[in-house]
Amino acid sequence: MKNKPVYEDTIPGGAHWSLLIRRGTCLRLTDVDGGTNVGMLFFNPGDHLERYNAPDTLKCQHTFRLTQGHCLYSDMGRIFCSIIEDSVGWHDTAGGNSNKQMVKAKWGEHNYQQYKNDWYLNGHDSFLIEMAKYGMNQRDMAANLNLFSKVAADDDGNLDFIENNSNAGDSVMLRFEMDTLVIFHTCPHPMNPAMEYPKRPVNYQLFEADPIADDDLCKNSHPENQRGFKNTELYNLGCKC
Amino acid sequence: MITQSPLKSENASYRKTVLAGDYFIHVIKQGQTFRILDLEGNQAADTLFYSANDPSERYSAMDTIREQGNIYLTTGTKLLSNHCNVMLEITADTCGRHDTLGGACATESNTVRYALEKKCMHACRDSWMLAVAEHEEFGIGKRDITHNINFFMNVPVTANGELTFEDGISDAGKYVEMKAMMDVIALVSNCPQLNNPCNAYNPTPIEILVWD
Repeated sequence: MKNKPVYEDTIPGGAHWSLLIRRGTCLRLTDVDGGTNVGMLFFNPGDHLERYNAPDTLKCQHTFRLTQGHCLYSDMGRIFCSIIEDSVGWHDTAGGNSNKQMVKAKWGEHNYQQYKNDWYLNGHDSFLIEMAKYGMNQRDMAANLNLFSKVAADDDGNLDFIENNSNAGDSVMLRFEMDTLVIFHTCPHPMNPAMEYPKRPVNYQLFEADPIADDDLCKNSHPENQRGFKNTELYNLGCKC
Repeated sequence: MITQSPLKSENASYRKTVLAGDYFIHVIKQGQTFRILDLEGNQAADTLFYSANDPSERYSAMDTIREQGNIYLTTGTKLLSNHCNVMLEITADTCGRHDTLGGACATESNTVRYALEKKCMHACRDSWMLAVAEHEEFGIGKRDITHNINFFMNVPVTANGELTFEDGISDAGKYVEMKAMMDVIALVSNCPQLNNPCNAYNPTPIEILVWD
């Protein structure tokens, strides 16, 4: 991979954005100040009915946590992207998303009128806004990723949000295996117990990906992923990009 | 938590046996009690709920487990919608634990999980697709199909983040029962999966009962 990013930007905390990422592109997300959370959804830009599927991602790789070596699956047995590098070690996809009522109950209401760009946005509204730009609504919203956040379960199934999971400078690199519409926000994780609404920015960089080697970590980490890559190759057949 | 129900089968207002590989779609009215009975044991019932008044409000696995702080569903679990409203509450459970993280089988995910050549084997999502195609009156389509409950299925998560599919903990005659807190559409696939232990490799019928 070329060392220099093709593009780079920083999204402030408590904000949202979206971008179409082509197959063969890498997206590196970096936690600027530590303790960020990136809520993320994937859609097939050619058919929004195909979208990120958290249960398929977990069960295909027998995992509850996501990290380097894992692939992020669509509901059609294909791989949107692979986690090719990760200094965090645990990303959540079971904690869900914050909404207006939750944010108000935890941190009070900070509306735009009074606070302008220091208002408190929530994850649900952030997704709705970005999705509406592509003609989608809440019917298209399935379970999201919470990159940089850790939610663990004990032997009895009790869930716990683990604080300080990600430090300043920690990063995760996603390599896209098919064209993907990426919807994301930097609103707090719904289980974050912080006393103040955490506004933690994330830096993102786009790179051209290297060709996938036969001994690629993500492709070979599970036999399931070899088959997921086969399905995705078939989908991309004839694509000259 | 294992809890028995005081309700008697003979007093149910509605009873239907659903064969493995078939679907069930039916409105459960607010206040009615809905039971899924595992007739022969080790069967998985892949279940989704929608608000009958507005199907864009639907069962949300992640909201349900986060708000109760536990990944397993059992007696006392409030099944929440994507608006965090209570859709149903589990009032009796003789199995003790149900999964909502494992999702449903689909022909496409079967290719990944088992083998590419298994793509034409029947799967829960195909049952749901037929259900919504044959019942357009509910206004549900593929975009409304999200992450379901796997009643009677056992999918433990470990503290270091592994997820495993264990042999079912259900048995013949075990059931789970829930009271509707709003009018809901129940959409169930009686799982046809032949490739993993969720059905003990032998899918069998379930019975649905409703009490007023």
